[in-house]
Amino acid sequence: MDKFESFSGIAAPMPLVNIDTDMIIPKQFLKTIKRSGLGVNLFAEMRYLDDGSENPDFVLNNPAYRNAEIIVAGDNFGCGSSREHAPWAIKDFGIKCVISTSFADIFFNNCFKNGILPITLPEEQVEVLMRDAEKGANARLDIDLENQTVTTSEGESFHFEVDPFRKHCLLEGLDDIGLTMEKAAAIDSFESQAAQARPWV
Amino acid sequence: MTGKTLYDKIWDAHLVQQDADGTGLLYIDRHLVHEVTSPQAFEGLRMAGRQVRAPEKTIAVPDHNVPTTEGRDKVIENEDSRIQVEALDKNAREFGINYYPVSDIRQGIVHIVGPEQGWTLPGMTVVCGDSHTATHGAFGALAHGIGTSEVEHVLATQTLIQSKSKNMKVEITGKLAPGVTAKDITLSVIGKTGTAGGTGYVIEYCGEAIRALSMEGRMTVCNMAIEGGARAGLIAPDETTFEYVKGRPHAPKGAQWEAAMEWWKTLYSDDDAHWDKVVTIRGEDIAPVVTWGTSPEDVLPITDVVPDPAAFKGGKVEAAKRALDYMGLKAGTPLKEIKIDTVFIGSCTNGRIEDLRAAAAILKGKKIKDGMRAMVVPGSGLVRAQAEEEGLADIFKEAGFEWRLAGCSMCLAMNPDQLAPGERCAATSNRNFEGRQGKGGRTHLMSPAMAAAAAITGHLTDVREMM
Ligand code: SF4
Repeated sequence: MDKFESFSGIAAPMPLVNIDTDMIIPKQFLKTIKRSGLGVNLFAEMRYLDDGSENPDFVLNNPAYRNAEIIVAGDNFGCGSSREHAPWAIKDFGIKCVISTSFADIFFNNCFKNGILPITLPEEQVEVLMRDAEKGANARLDIDLENQTVTTSEGESFHFEVDPFRKHCLLEGLDDIGLTMEKAAAIDSFESQAAQARPWV
Repeated sequence: MTGKTLYDKIWDAHLVQQDADGTGLLYIDRHLVHEVTSPQAFEGLRMAGRQVRAPEKTIAVPDHNVPTTEGRDKVIENEDSRIQVEALDKNAREFGINYYPVSDIRQGIVHIVGPEQGWTLPGMTVVCGDSHTATHGAFGALAHGIGTSEVEHVLATQTLIQSKSKNMKVEITGKLAPGVTAKDITLSVIGKTGTAGGTGYVIEYCGEAIRALSMEGRMTVCNMAIEGGARAGLIAPDETTFEYVKGRPHAPKGAQWEAAMEWWKTLYSDDDAHWDKVVTIRGEDIAPVVTWGTSPEDVLPITDVVPDPAAFKGGKVEAAKRALDYMGLKAGTPLKEIKIDTVFIGSCTNGRIEDLRAAAAILKGKKIKDGMRAMVVPGSGLVRAQAEEEGLADIFKEAGFEWRLAGCSMCLAMNPDQLAPGERCAATSNRNFEGRQGKGGRTHLMSPAMAAAAAITGHLTDVREMM
């Protein structure tokens, strides 16, 4: 996984609550056996019209936001299915950070596994960021994971919380599986104890 | 010292290692796998030259995108679906994991097959790359959905990195009124807490009304814990649970059964356990409900009317407007007057034998409304066979329902069973999101009996008027 570097990027405002994984990546695109190439289908049902052409009203089709690297969204982003195609599509589009007042649990976990930073902030602060994002391409947000801050184009800065282990993994681009395999001895000994205690499992 | 909740007990029994920051490495007893969220995980293993650590604890079954019409064991028409099912066939074979292919009568929706075959047992940790894994919590197992990277992690290490959730108790007191089912309980809870009300929690459902439910009903309740935002739903095991588990193909036998029972009987929340949140609902206050919008929290008793978006607060005002627009509904319309085109009975929420019995009881000797499209998709091949034996299949067919093979089908419409734009469906599944059952399709969630009633009248119906 790539290391997560601090960056300054365009933020697309999506002031909708409950943006679910069916909206993020409709199921007709789940039939792939690969992880890449899903970016063109991100938000497909809102982004394209019935004839396949772009819906000019959708934020990511607005020239100002085509190169967005951040999404600022309403409550409960990523609710719904566990499909990791949602963060894959977001990542493939070029989004590296999503900001909301709250995230659905599985989606939140999936982000970290794919080098995406989900940031949870209180409603007033998300609102400030939303208004900043609405200004378009010239208003860039600064995302600094090291110092855990988001800064608006006007220089207003908000601190966010992030789990220290996840932060470390994002910053170093570490792969969970490799880390856990280093604990093989502990897993082995747990397994043999469990086999004694609960042999029916 | 305060006591422990059931969640605490299962967590502690599976903790391999706890890091200083509170993240735990949890041992996984059962890993269920299906065709849609696993190919990239197996591919990842191959690329890294890794093995499946515990193939004997890994169970795979294709369900999400398999057609539910005859002949599917010969050929799956849709190329992408075929590729995914073939990939699962191949991965199951190469990595030596337990497998139920489409040609096997035991094939079905992964969350129905696991319990049916006795893979799911009390006190276990169960994961699957599917959010409705919460279903298995009905057995007092800690069960939750994971993403594909985590599927790969569990395949390689049989563990999962987890931070501990908070404890939430949802108590349903008293008795349910006639016509009210487990589905009405679980939807009503979400209606009360909202779809994010459970975020950060593991919910334990308890109370007299929960105790009175069969295992099928309990699975329906836990299935939708995720729709309330919770990581998992749990119900403490009791005689009903043990009775259901006993004699299943992979349940313990003989001395092992005795040993297991001894532990299982300790699986309950202590009286002095700490709860971070408690929600109590009187069983008597729960009515048969239906959803009107595009989120499972958009739920009301069938006797109510379509709500006015202006009555909501904050971001929900816009969301409700958008939902009514999408659903083609006007505020103030009585829910009972909403006409429907299609009825879907099935899914991991309501595709078990008890659900089919409840629907058949309403349909017996009746016909569905002219022009109605109606289908029953049993949750597994074994549920299907049993329903045929009990004569339920004939009742459905005589009423005008299509009688399908097992799978997820129209629950998520990845196979050919889809709604057309604007088509309105009474469904027993668990999600009414925009486009869930097909682009532009409109979904109303409800219990199997309510769906059956709607099939007969052609509009949303209070099942109590037909009993
Ligand atoms: S029936 Fe629906 S909710 Fe259940 S596993 Fe299948 S797709 Fe998911």
